[in-house]
Amino acid sequence: MILFEARDVTKRFATQTALDRVSISVPERSIYGLLGPNGAGKTTLIRIINQITAPDSGTIFLNGRPMKPEDVNNIGYLPEERGLYKKMKVGEQALYLAQLKGLSHAEAMRRLKYWFKKLQIIDWWDKKVEELSKGMQQKVQFVTTVLHEPRLLIFDEPFTGFDPINVKQIKDEILFLRERGATIIFSTHNMSSVEELCDNITLINKAQTILEGSVGKIRHDWAGNEYEIVFAGEVTPSANGHFTVLGSTFDNGRSTVRIKALEQSDNNEIIRAMTASGNVLSFNPALPSMNEIFIRVVETKNKEAVKN
Amino acid sequence: MNKIALIIRREYITRVRKKSFLIMTFLTPFLFALIFIIPALVMTNEDKDSKRIAVIEEGSDLFANVIPDTKDTDFEYLPGVKLNDIKNNFTEKGYYGVLFISPELVSSPDAIQLISRKQPPIGLLDHISGSLEREIEKQKLLAYNIENLDEILRTINTSVRIQTIKMDESGGARETSTGISMALAYIGGFLMYMLVFMFGSMVMRGVIEEKTNRIVEVIVSSVKPVQLMLGKIIGVGLVGLTQFALWIVLTLALVMVVKSSFLPEGAMEQLQQLPQSFAGADQPMAGTSTTTVTPEQLTEFQEIFAGALTQPWGLIIFSFVFFFLTGYLLYASFFAAIGSAVDNETETQQFMLPVTIPIILGLIVAMGTMQNPESSLSFWFSIIPLTSPIVMIARIPFDVPAWEIALSMGLMLITLAGAVWMAAKIYRTGILMYGKKTSWKELWKWLTYKG
Repeated sequence: MILFEARDVTKRFATQTALDRVSISVPERSIYGLLGPNGAGKTTLIRIINQITAPDSGTIFLNGRPMKPEDVNNIGYLPEERGLYKKMKVGEQALYLAQLKGLSHAEAMRRLKYWFKKLQIIDWWDKKVEELSKGMQQKVQFVTTVLHEPRLLIFDEPFTGFDPINVKQIKDEILFLRERGATIIFSTHNMSSVEELCDNITLINKAQTILEGSVGKIRHDWAGNEYEIVFAGEVTPSANGHFTVLGSTFDNGRSTVRIKALEQSDNNEIIRAMTASGNVLSFNPALPSMNEIFIRVVETKNKEAVKN
Repeated sequence: MNKIALIIRREYITRVRKKSFLIMTFLTPFLFALIFIIPALVMTNEDKDSKRIAVIEEGSDLFANVIPDTKDTDFEYLPGVKLNDIKNNFTEKGYYGVLFISPELVSSPDAIQLISRKQPPIGLLDHISGSLEREIEKQKLLAYNIENLDEILRTINTSVRIQTIKMDESGGARETSTGISMALAYIGGFLMYMLVFMFGSMVMRGVIEEKTNRIVEVIVSSVKPVQLMLGKIIGVGLVGLTQFALWIVLTLALVMVVKSSFLPEGAMEQLQQLPQSFAGADQPMAGTSTTTVTPEQLTEFQEIFAGALTQPWGLIIFSFVFFFLTGYLLYASFFAAIGSAVDNETETQQFMLPVTIPIILGLIVAMGTMQNPESSLSFWFSIIPLTSPIVMIARIPFDVPAWEIALSMGLMLITLAGAVWMAAKIYRTGILMYGKKTSWKELWKWLTYKG
């Protein structure tokens, strides 16, 4: 079931187009990645979803019907930049934001204690926000975003400012939230987190969608004719009429060899050549990382644009 | 809890708890009190620090001992001393200065010199010229050979103190005190000016903070921008009221304490017999409360108190409260709109000017109002909503016709509604706009956005 959908959303500012007929559709209880270079239009789309700004044309739907202003109560939004009062105490501030979201004092208190303990920030309750590190502030903001248990969560660059341990902690929490039934849209430049977390993505470049679909399918589509073979012992297969060797590494008594199959070659021929070279432990299509795909797609698009 | 109430509560509590608020609240009354106390201190100090002035005349003795001593200056007439004998060493001899009168003074008014090391105070000069003028007049009159001249002069020596009686429409007369009205007008107009500037710009800074910290992005997903704006304006306004109330109470308490230690026993007793009176009466009084309270001055006090009692207090308090609230709300909405349109405080300049001008103009006209409350300038400025809060507050103690007050209040309410509506429109768009320097044209566009 589709929880959120944007259809042909267009938004223009005085001198430029921020979004040009962008459509996304986010299945319920999934994690949706919004990718794209800086200035591509991601934040504009997020603001439209939050109803901070209205699109010039196009419609956004929640649960299959056009979104209404009061639907923002079902959304939790973590902005890219910290949106906290610097001089206010952490606990007080979290309580205030939670009450603005419609929680009662007692309920807000109960949930805040739970989350603050879970994220190990309970000791910061009486500190002023300005005394906190950027990562700590981000954690506080994260809590205030998820506290009212909205059905749709929007995270704009949730991992910036975090050390690897905190990145992992927040990733785990995002997966946990999906388990509990939340649907999540997040924008990021951190491509490894996309591979780990996202079910689907949309890649926006210069206001237009240039790539979309499930992460697994995209990576397979972009795999090309490359394969990765792991041998026991130090083995270097020699190229024949069916493939060329792109590179090999030897580590811990295993060789990892990357090859590119030539066009119209037969996979069986390649496998035969491999088994002849040594003891094959695995033979897999080499999936490109989202990082590579991102760079390749965006660069190709930009070159086309230059040619035109 | 209602969302707007939550916002008001946060705005109020975070500000009232700030150290700067506490310091301002408790320090300012001392400054106010000093303004009342220092003149008294200065006057008592002058008593101890008395001056001696040598008076010399070359070749005549027309003005021997005609200048009476004052409480801080002694005039010593030195017969036979030449100007050149004393001109260069009067300081060593313990004189503050040398007054040299030439005999031609009777016919030529500038034939007199006061030589001193320091700039002599204006009061001293007035005293000298006044005494001499009277003496010269007397000598000129003497030339007409009038009988019993001394006695005639004594009986015509009068002083005048005007009692103002104002007739109201029913024909009843009541005594008024221009002093009290002026004090009220001054204090009211000035408080209004401070309220608008201090707390209006506090609203503006708050809005800028929320905008630059991206707090609004989080909050507008929970509340409407208008609610956020109104919550802030009302919250800060309550902070202002709290501070003003504390200032008034603390200042009065301080002045009372100091006054009781400055006024002599007898004066205190006499004062206590006077009817219980209003705060405003303390100000003109504190200025004169020195060790030399004369019976004459006490009568003045009595008149001031009597004047205070006849002020239309119900109307004054109601109008003050009305114009304080509406004036603050009006300007605070302007400031909130400005705050939302800029990215940082330095950018506020271009929008501040048109808001500042009416306030300053209002204050200037309000000061003039105290001299002439019925002038057409005062009338128009007390009707036009942008300046009316300050000018009308200054005019009201001088009895303004009811229809004028009603007209001014009505226009104010209409303008206020318009201003809040406009501010809300600008705020809603501006608060989420970043990185672009806002122009007046841009503001106009935001105003005309639909929806």
